[in-house]
Amino acid sequence: MMRFLLLFSRQGKLRLQKWFTPIPEREKKKIVRDMTTMVLARKPRSCNFLHWKDLKIVYKRYASLYFCCGLDAEENELIALEMLHRYVELLDKYFGNVCELDIIFNFEKAYFILDEFLLGGEIQETSKQVVSRAIEASDMLQEVRCCPVGTDLRSVFPSS
Amino acid sequence: MSDVVEKTLSALPSLLSLDSNAGAGKLSSTSKLGNLIRGITELTSKHDEEKLIKKELAAIKEQVASPNTTMRQMKEIMVRAIYCEMLGYQASVSYIHAIKLAQQGSVLEKRLGYLAVSLFLNESDEFLLLLVNTVLKDLQSTNLNEVCMALTAVSQMFPKDMIPAILPIVEEKLTHPKEVIRRKAVLALYKFYLIAPNQVQHIHSKFRKALCDKDPGVMTASLHIYLQLVKESPESYKDLTVSFVTILRQVVGGKLPMDFNYHSVPAPWLQIQLLRILAYLGKEDQGTSEMMYDVLEESLRRAEMNHNITYAILYECVKSIYTVYPKAELLEKAAKCIGNFVLSPKINLKYLGLKALTYVVAQDPNLALPHQMTIIECLDHSDIIIKRATLELLFRITNAQNVTVIVEKMLEFLRQSSNDYSTVDLVGKVAELAEKYPFIKQDPLNLCNGMQPDIPNNFLRLLAEGFDSVEEDRQLRLFAVDSYVLLLQGETASLPQCFLQVISWVRTKVPIGLFPELSRYIFPSILLIFSYYIFSYYDVVLMFSFEYFGSLDTVLRQRAHELMILSQDAGLRGRVLSAEGRLEHVDSSLSFLDGHVSEALAAGAAPYKPPHQRQEELAHEKALSLEPYGLSLPVSLSTCSITDRLTDRQSPTRLSISSSVSGNSTELSLKGGSTTLKLDGVKRVWGKEGYLVQQPKEVVEETPLPPTELPSPLGSFQSPVSQTQTASPGPEPDQERQQLASSLFVGVGTHHSVCLMGRTEAAPQRFRRKPKGTGSSSGTSEHSSNSSHSSSGTAAGNTLDSTTAATGQQISQHALGHPPVNGNPIVETPGPLPPVRDGGVAAEIPTGHTDSGTLADPNEDPVPVRPRDLPLISHLPAELSGLARSKLTTLCPGPDPGLALSSCRVYKEDALVLVVFVSNNSDSTLHRVALRFTSKQLEVLFQTNTTFPIRFSENLPLTVSTGEYGKMWLSFSHDVKQNLRLITAGDQSPLTATLDTLRDRLHLHVVDIIGSEGIVACRLLRGQPCLLHCRVHADSLAVWLRSPIPEFPDSLLYHCQKALAEA
Repeated sequence: MMRFLLLFSRQGKLRLQKWFTPIPEREKKKIVRDMTTMVLARKPRSCNFLHWKDLKIVYKRYASLYFCCGLDAEENELIALEMLHRYVELLDKYFGNVCELDIIFNFEKAYFILDEFLLGGEIQETSKQVVSRAIEASDMLQEVRCCPVGTDLRSVFPSS
Repeated sequence: MSDVVEKTLSALPSLLSLDSNAGAGKLSSTSKLGNLIRGITELTSKHDEEKLIKKELAAIKEQVASPNTTMRQMKEIMVRAIYCEMLGYQASVSYIHAIKLAQQGSVLEKRLGYLAVSLFLNESDEFLLLLVNTVLKDLQSTNLNEVCMALTAVSQMFPKDMIPAILPIVEEKLTHPKEVIRRKAVLALYKFYLIAPNQVQHIHSKFRKALCDKDPGVMTASLHIYLQLVKESPESYKDLTVSFVTILRQVVGGKLPMDFNYHSVPAPWLQIQLLRILAYLGKEDQGTSEMMYDVLEESLRRAEMNHNITYAILYECVKSIYTVYPKAELLEKAAKCIGNFVLSPKINLKYLGLKALTYVVAQDPNLALPHQMTIIECLDHSDIIIKRATLELLFRITNAQNVTVIVEKMLEFLRQSSNDYSTVDLVGKVAELAEKYPFIKQDPLNLCNGMQPDIPNNFLRLLAEGFDSVEEDRQLRLFAVDSYVLLLQGETASLPQCFLQVISWVRTKVPIGLFPELSRYIFPSILLIFSYYIFSYYDVVLMFSFEYFGSLDTVLRQRAHELMILSQDAGLRGRVLSAEGRLEHVDSSLSFLDGHVSEALAAGAAPYKPPHQRQEELAHEKALSLEPYGLSLPVSLSTCSITDRLTDRQSPTRLSISSSVSGNSTELSLKGGSTTLKLDGVKRVWGKEGYLVQQPKEVVEETPLPPTELPSPLGSFQSPVSQTQTASPGPEPDQERQQLASSLFVGVGTHHSVCLMGRTEAAPQRFRRKPKGTGSSSGTSEHSSNSSHSSSGTAAGNTLDSTTAATGQQISQHALGHPPVNGNPIVETPGPLPPVRDGGVAAEIPTGHTDSGTLADPNEDPVPVRPRDLPLISHLPAELSGLARSKLTTLCPGPDPGLALSSCRVYKEDALVLVVFVSNNSDSTLHRVALRFTSKQLEVLFQTNTTFPIRFSENLPLTVSTGEYGKMWLSFSHDVKQNLRLITAGDQSPLTATLDTLRDRLHLHVVDIIGSEGIVACRLLRGQPCLLHCRVHADSLAVWLRSPIPEFPDSLLYHCQKALAEA
């Protein structure tokens, strides 16, 4: 079971955090601090697996963003690495050539995608198509309701 | 967007919030969130950031409180609140509004509301109760999206107590026509199962239905539950094995829709989940395991693509194969698979390879052997994670012979490492090893440096200086380490690092009760450190003080009292610590405790007694003690006995410790035995000058059985490491590595390589054989063990007498150089070697033998070449050392005064064991020992603890097929190459003639002859094989021998030469 998933930048700025088990606030801060220091200190092309207390840490860097997750001891590290990769693929499919800025400014979307992909720390849906279809479906609702308002907004600009 | 527009926008905050959906991808740089994010990015100091966020939070607070804020604006506010939370600032004002948003918003607002709730709150939050109604309503909604959202929220966090309220509705969703709903419902139930297993007990049948769901996604989700269930009680789910096997077979066979493929591998997550479940089901259950062998093999075979995901499956598959009931063929395949990992240039795979090896060496240490060089390489790897994994692996293959080198490596790592968690873990391992192999004296400074104590550094140095002068006592140290490990296991997670360091250090350094003056010195310091750093862990403090309560020393007792009271009373602690900051200045009259004392007295505590009175009482107790002492220590009877026993009675902690020790008394007596036994290894470590092992290199030179030191008759002995998988930079480092390899893996490879399920504990250098070279051996030994031992005492006495008488004759026989005759009870060990060039005296020393007519018995013969000052009895094998035995009798002085032959009888329950010791008291090396047995009924067991290799002249044909031969060939690590003379005889080809000669004379088995090459196999009586590969090369025969035993090829080669020379 995955315990947490963190996305942070090369500067150690947190971009996304997801905790799959209840963890006290103080402990969360400690984990985030430890993860960023540990992972950022790693040299390129070194092993993607680390240990932290009794957790396995699997991380991977995509461009300027680090994806880092904490797993139970019996989990398979390699599959977790692929899990991260699948998540990146999903983000990529949704945003279209995803970059760090997409995630910074639309982190709630990133969360929605994550919620369709992982649930309670376990993988929920592995199919890229199914996940993106689910996200699209919810987004469509948004589109439908927002469009008229959006036009309104634009018409407001010139007058003001 | 232009600046103008941007400004305009910021002037219209209420409208801006509408802009938050800029569609998939392109960000809304103009929203408030955008401003906030950009504002923060531009800031340089943490302080500024704090200020900005505070402002933002204030704005949020104001907005959420305003009645005019629409749900739409609320949604935008939530996004900002989430952002602030992510930066580490509490946005608690918005929590309730997040719930409100989930409750009242339209679908898209609801979605964000749920998201915010799941990010802000966790299971235990009371706010969540407010969400229950919303969830209930949404679960019953006709809008699929709302149902999905509710289920998602439920699977992330839901108050445990409220589960019954929604359980029926969630259950209902298991039959929902939409598979996505069914899947989410299953995952929600999984979550319920995790947090409140008894709440979902009644719906286990529904889980089965989910497992049989027509949608593979729902089935996959149900496996999460089954993994948990099976893990907890595999017995109850054995009946599902067939289903899981079928599912896995279908998945592996590619029967699932393409949708489930990941990089063209069918449903890898599903496969791994199934493999894991199967592993739990098949563990220690042959019947169940047999059902899954086929599918496991198929998964192993199918996963052939070179992609991470296939390796992930392979890794899981290997783990499953090694977890379920073993099947040799599968294990072999899995072992080969591990090789792919270890040899991979990809660092992640290498890491997993090491992990897999760590996992499998527990079952068969030999599996590490083919990868020796890679392991050595990994030990020096630049990535600390790889290093750490390698040490973990080495930890598993530690035996008495390589422990020094391994511990040295671990300490080396500790010195470099700065990671707290791995340090604690590794220190624990070192301590464990120290406990297991008590002869390693941990260099205290090493350990100290290794742990890098940052805060109590000075204190430790002080301790070290104070302690170095005191003579160390091994057993007490062992005890100290023992307690340390106990502590470490109990509380590791919560103890701060520095405390562990101090405790461990003190534990390893200070044998309680032995050096009271030293303890007195140390205790205040401990007190000080405790008070500074770890008073919150006061159970441990209590435990520590309890230990000292038992002390005879009043000062120590007082300190213990102080410590305990301090730890219990926070107010008092505050006063004492804040007043002085240091406890050294604590009022020694303890006047501040008066209140406590009177309270305690009132509560029925015993009044204070002056020390002399207590001493008297203690003396009385000593005289009248009727309690069992409990085996508190395996040894050390003289030094610490009285104190320890007294303390046992007085302190509950000590009592519990010692009782736990005495609970293991059998193990301990064994340990005690092995203690003495393993002292053997110390010979190399401790010289007359003191501790010899300073650096691993020296250890390497001193390691038992380094192949280069063997008196090889042909001078062509190759090192046991023949794998050249890695290009080494130069010959010298390579040699160093090989030496390191031989020192690290010494004693690992003595097992039969093919026997994959062999005993886990290696018993190095121990070969069994029977004097009679036939297959009837086992029958004889059984017979012998059944024989009565009523008269064994006298019989053995007779035996010894006859032995003494016979020795002279047989020695002379040997001197005449009678060739060994096959099938004759005369056994020669080893065959006569050519005079050794460099051995100095080159003594040909025929030695001990026994002859007992009727007394059928295993007969042990350790051939120790030990420092003469060690008692011979200490060389007794571990399993004999605890038994009753006779005195050591000197049998005959031997031809050389430097050589002594003595024997002793050990009374086993089912047999009488006659142990013959051959001890070399001279300074020259023993090069040859020849033993001859005239009895056909004796079972002889050789044990040697020396650098002296025992060789065997007798080989049994090993009948193998060519295919088996090939497999075995690869698994053996010790090899020798040599050219032999070819024999030409009549019409036969030289190769056939030569091999036939060997077959006839040495009982070798000629497996196959192909053209100018031939393969031959043989083995020792108890299964240790040796393989020969012969090729005609010009007019000589190039022979390549391989065996799991380092000396065997050499010895066999010698016999081949002899046989051919005689032909």
